Amino acid sequence: MTDTTSSVAPPYPTAAEKLKFYGLWVGAAVVLLLLPKLFSSGGSLTTFSLIGISIIFSLSYNILLGQTGMLSFGHAVYYGLGGFLVIHAINIIGANKLPIPLPLVPLIGGLTGLLFAVLLGWVSTQRSGTAFAMISLGVAELVASSALILRTFFGGEAGISANRTKVFRLFDWSFGPQIQIYYLVAAWTLIAVIAMYALTRTPLGRMCNAVRDNPERVQFVGYDPHVVRYLAFCFSGFFAGIAGALAAINFEIANSAYLGAVQSGTVLFATYIGGVGFFIGPIVGAIFVTILSLGLSDLTQVWQLYFGLIFIAVVLFAPGGITGLLMMHRPLLKAGTFGRVLPSYLIAFVPTLAMLIGLILATEIIVYYAVHSGDASHIKAFGVPFDAANRYVWAMAAILLVGGYWVARKTWTFVGHAWDDATSVAREKGIAA
Amino acid sequence: MSTAIELRGVEKSFGITSVIRNVNLTVAQGERHALIGPNGAGKSTLFNLISGYMLPTTGSVLLRDEVVSGLAPYQINRRGLSRSFQVTNVFANMSVWENLRCAVLWATGHRYAFWKNVDRLPEVRERTARILEDINLTARRDVPAGLLTYAEQRALEIGITIAGGADVILLDEPTAGMSHAETERAVALIRRLTEGRTLLIVEHDMSVVFGLADKISVLVYGQIIASGVPEEIRGNPKVKEAYLGEEAA
Repeated sequence: MTDTTSSVAPPYPTAAEKLKFYGLWVGAAVVLLLLPKLFSSGGSLTTFSLIGISIIFSLSYNILLGQTGMLSFGHAVYYGLGGFLVIHAINIIGANKLPIPLPLVPLIGGLTGLLFAVLLGWVSTQRSGTAFAMISLGVAELVASSALILRTFFGGEAGISANRTKVFRLFDWSFGPQIQIYYLVAAWTLIAVIAMYALTRTPLGRMCNAVRDNPERVQFVGYDPHVVRYLAFCFSGFFAGIAGALAAINFEIANSAYLGAVQSGTVLFATYIGGVGFFIGPIVGAIFVTILSLGLSDLTQVWQLYFGLIFIAVVLFAPGGITGLLMMHRPLLKAGTFGRVLPSYLIAFVPTLAMLIGLILATEIIVYYAVHSGDASHIKAFGVPFDAANRYVWAMAAILLVGGYWVARKTWTFVGHAWDDATSVAREKGIAA
Repeated sequence: MSTAIELRGVEKSFGITSVIRNVNLTVAQGERHALIGPNGAGKSTLFNLISGYMLPTTGSVLLRDEVVSGLAPYQINRRGLSRSFQVTNVFANMSVWENLRCAVLWATGHRYAFWKNVDRLPEVRERTARILEDINLTARRDVPAGLLTYAEQRALEIGITIAGGADVILLDEPTAGMSHAETERAVALIRRLTEGRTLLIVEHDMSVVFGLADKISVLVYGQIIASGVPEEIRGNPKVKEAYLGEEAA
């Protein structure tokens, strides 16, 4: 290598950086290994399994949205078909006593997702943008409705089920208890995350970003943007199939909901809330959305409504998602000026929280009158009992909402000033925001 | 000398509006050829026709004696023709380094590889580093292209265009909007980077054109009204009337 290259090119990672990088992955593996020791209840193991599945699915979705700039409304097709094929595969393996152990079965789901992405993707990836989004929606509707029509394969409304313990056993693992399923999901999550991260570091991965930024220019550096999009689509289908397969193994059933619009919407939701601009974003989103959907549904009946509000808030105020919000603070932390914004956050937190409580209170009262007006007016939302018919509660909701907003707006300006101050100092220190 | 680019009876019309009318043009291998003409003469359209961005209504475009009209832009690019854009057209969210590297990947044969680590390709690193140094953006290596100054973006635009090693280069107003000093630097850069290659350049700045070009063609209302060495063009009465006259006045 010439001297120019070594002085001009980005330096190769130092030993310390490498250690940090590989340490991160080893650390993640250790956390996955130890998690059941800390939270050993069956409920939390199920939650962890669902989070792992959601992480793979969201990251596969981000190969399209974040990496290649393709907005899909039908990603559940590849997830669902992977799930269905795996249920059939488990039944066939069990019936014929084939020597295929369960840990390898998710691969069947992945290959199914890949196969259908190969078949359906060539046409839909011709164009990006609206055309791609519309075609993905059309294909999703087509497949979801076939699932209800082709009863022999998809099992109609009831779906089809399988018994995962009937599969050929390796080392006497029955995969009956949830703990074994947890480790199966955890292992596949780690493999899939590493594989998808590695993909972003390949020539194809970099060209995906180039296609996202400027498909026109890509053509003038020798690449066919259609082929780049198609390959990204195939990889995305493969990993979505693995996620669907793990879901099918976890529940031992696949039904039309796997393929449906709600499933496609949820993955878009999780990916976007987490943040499409960073590799880790969809992981954060998958954890957040899975925990929130499990937790919120216990706390309030209209949890989907709050979900919608959160989504709108993220789109409007934090287009970079949760990860984007956190990463914004990195230059401040580096420059040591984070202390300048922190007090303003604490000040803004109080009235903003008051406003949100007012909003929740008002929402729950409205829901009571709109949906349950015949029932007793003493209701419970987020674990707090109150009387929805009490005028004082109405007044409190109004005061918290309006007053909270009025005060909060002033504190937001204060946050803005503190932010500008902190970033300008950071910039003076030569740390780019 | 063999020909690099040849246009045979090329016409382009949008509906009933005819933009390019019966253009015949030959650019010899290794020649620096400037295309000049007033605004709206069809210079950028001609670039779009040569680079495959648009399809001629009639006529054909030849690259090294092979017909390329009808091929997609990436196919023409793979045959060794690369172009820049009048309006900066880079990968805005990616760093300067990544921008240049994207332009090097196909030419170094890595294509759609998904089994190689892009950071560990020595020849890609080497070529990208060389281009980065050539366009003087070493200090801005890790800055997202969208945050560069205008002149830096124009330099990056040229860098991306030449990075693939194409031997026929089309530059569309590379110095547009630059200050005098910036223009001088850009011209020196273009001269150096197109050494031994064929260059077709659209340019408005006459000092650039006469300083750089071996040959000049004048496009007015979609037709080439004159083509020749700079002295011939300077003395051509038709050109004076249609174009240079306006400038002088």
